[in-house]
Amino acid sequence: MNLHEYQGKEILASFGVRIQRGIVAHNSKEAVEAAKQLTAETGTGWHVIKAQVHAGGRGKGGGVKLAKNLKEVEEIAGNIIGMNLITPQTSAAGKKVHQVLVAEDVYYPGDSETNEFYMSVLLNRGTGRNMIMYSTEGGMDIEEVAESTPHLIFTEEIDPATGLLPFQARKIAFNLGLSGTAFKEMTKFVSALYKAYVESDSSMFEINPVLKTSDDKIMAVDAKVSIDDNALFRRKQYAEMRDLREENPIEVEARAVGLNYVDLDGNVGCMVNGAGLAMATMDLIKMAGGEPANFLDVGGTADAKRVEEAFRIILKDEGVKAILINIFGGIVRCDRVAQGVVDAYKNMGDAIKVPIIVRLQGTNAELAKEIIDNSGLAVHSAVQFQEAADKVKEVLS
Amino acid sequence: MSVLVNKDSKIIVQGFTGSEGTFHAEQMIEYGTNVVGGVTPGKGGQEHLGRPVFNTVEEAVEKVGADTTIIFVPPAFAADAIMEAASAGIKVIITITEGIPVADMVKASNYIKHMDCRLVGPNCPGVITPGEAKVGIMPGFVFKKGNVGIVSKSGTLTYEAADQVVRQGLGITTAIGIGGDPIIGTTTKEAVELLINDPETECVVMIGEIGGQLEADAAKWYKESGSKKPVVGFIAGETAPAGRTMGHAGAIVGGSDDTAQAKKKIMREHGIHVVDSPAEIGLKVKEVMG
Repeated sequence: MNLHEYQGKEILASFGVRIQRGIVAHNSKEAVEAAKQLTAETGTGWHVIKAQVHAGGRGKGGGVKLAKNLKEVEEIAGNIIGMNLITPQTSAAGKKVHQVLVAEDVYYPGDSETNEFYMSVLLNRGTGRNMIMYSTEGGMDIEEVAESTPHLIFTEEIDPATGLLPFQARKIAFNLGLSGTAFKEMTKFVSALYKAYVESDSSMFEINPVLKTSDDKIMAVDAKVSIDDNALFRRKQYAEMRDLREENPIEVEARAVGLNYVDLDGNVGCMVNGAGLAMATMDLIKMAGGEPANFLDVGGTADAKRVEEAFRIILKDEGVKAILINIFGGIVRCDRVAQGVVDAYKNMGDAIKVPIIVRLQGTNAELAKEIIDNSGLAVHSAVQFQEAADKVKEVLS
Repeated sequence: MSVLVNKDSKIIVQGFTGSEGTFHAEQMIEYGTNVVGGVTPGKGGQEHLGRPVFNTVEEAVEKVGADTTIIFVPPAFAADAIMEAASAGIKVIITITEGIPVADMVKASNYIKHMDCRLVGPNCPGVITPGEAKVGIMPGFVFKKGNVGIVSKSGTLTYEAADQVVRQGLGITTAIGIGGDPIIGTTTKEAVELLINDPETECVVMIGEIGGQLEADAAKWYKESGSKKPVVGFIAGETAPAGRTMGHAGAIVGGSDDTAQAKKKIMREHGIHVVDSPAEIGLKVKEVMG
């Protein structure tokens, strides 16, 4: 589950990670109040107004701007809130901005130069351990850094039995070229960051940039935080941070009825049991000349109620021109699923206006085909995987 | 021969008396699998499905000589169940549970790393050696005995592949569902290696999906091994968008090297017979086996 910058920073701060401070505002009036309060608390003169949406590259799309006085705070906040922010990571339509973070200016002049670093904490799938990935090249797209100057990216893997050790934190601070106060600050920052990662059950932290200020403080200026969905049951306080406005509405609805659905751009909807078979079915649709309109795993119990819910979800996407149901019945008997499809179809009256192809294979597959074929409904049936692909081709042409 | 499980395996079920554990243990027993008991903490001393229930895995090892376990324990407690089994000396730990927090698996996989045991899964359909032992949730009748080994990250796609192989008049030695999570015990490479080294297995079907490097590692190992046994491969998720999790927690394209296209390319370069269509797995197996 992805979080907004301000929520990620809240979590970091709760574990003692120093952050660029800020206050959330939903309109320009709130933004001005936030700016005043922030000035009173931090002494900041200028303010940074940052759009809060789930997408990277916000600065490139005009979603992060510096305001040098309260009038500019009001203007900029007014412009950003309500805009459709288009960034390299959003669709062409962009993402609607509902709120901004009014943040302190941390690039103030001082005794030393400011310096930006990159830091992330994530799982190394190859070793099954967490690692800290960091670079002297902060504030840039890390994929570009990896491409052009891979020697400037370092990783530090952590033994889960011991956690991050002090020498590892020191090594990171040394590799980032720090000394004196900034060095000590960085070791504290890294230790607190790793603690926050583990204790919040996160699956990804990306802090870009980590800033060394002109007075040698180390702080997180941005925060991209994802919490492990499987751990939300024991992190209820974070589960409540979910912002449904940032998610695809059909996916939100599907999740509410317990269906695993991902919305795609194609023209053939699909309903499959099992994630691997669902992906394979999407691939087969493409090979048959269509484009998958979704990923949908109905799970083990494909009864009439569930099939009906899945139909309703798939049909919310107006681009769907045909639906392929692909169920491999093991312990679930195919004849039961077939009856479920027939009942769901009948229950839905004339809501289904696109051709349906049903491929049932496994336990009682032939009986299932009979049920479909004798139902009198406009449903095409298939037993072999290839037959299903051929039927998709047929209905699309 | 076969790998991981056979008719002599002494199998216990962790989460034995729960609804999932009960249902699948019944199916396993009906199949003829040698289920010697089960574990449910607090229910030790009882009998369930005609088998003894123990409080701890240690007790099950002592009293009935268990050497293999299948875990149906709920996600919040599953990693602990894995560590308990390893600590008690169980050799093959098959974990069906889906949805275990990643942090728990980081801990568990580290804990069992240097122990003499093999974890399969989590989030997998289990392992079946047809005619001998079904230690999983797969429909047993699909898997006829034969000489083709199967390694797969997915449940129903494994059944699909087995069904296609059987329709070609062939059969299965052992099918290993390795699971679709980001951290799994037995990797694609390890499972392929087990099957390549099994004298009865003449061909291996390797089914992967987007995300991670497991298939590439397996492909590299296969070429280096110099094995003459053919491997047929398929990767699901060519049409999956980047950055989205497709059902399995591990099925997510993170970069340019873990897409279906990239994986298929590296598999082909290392001598694996890759099919683009999931409907052609069985045909390809028949073809390469002559």
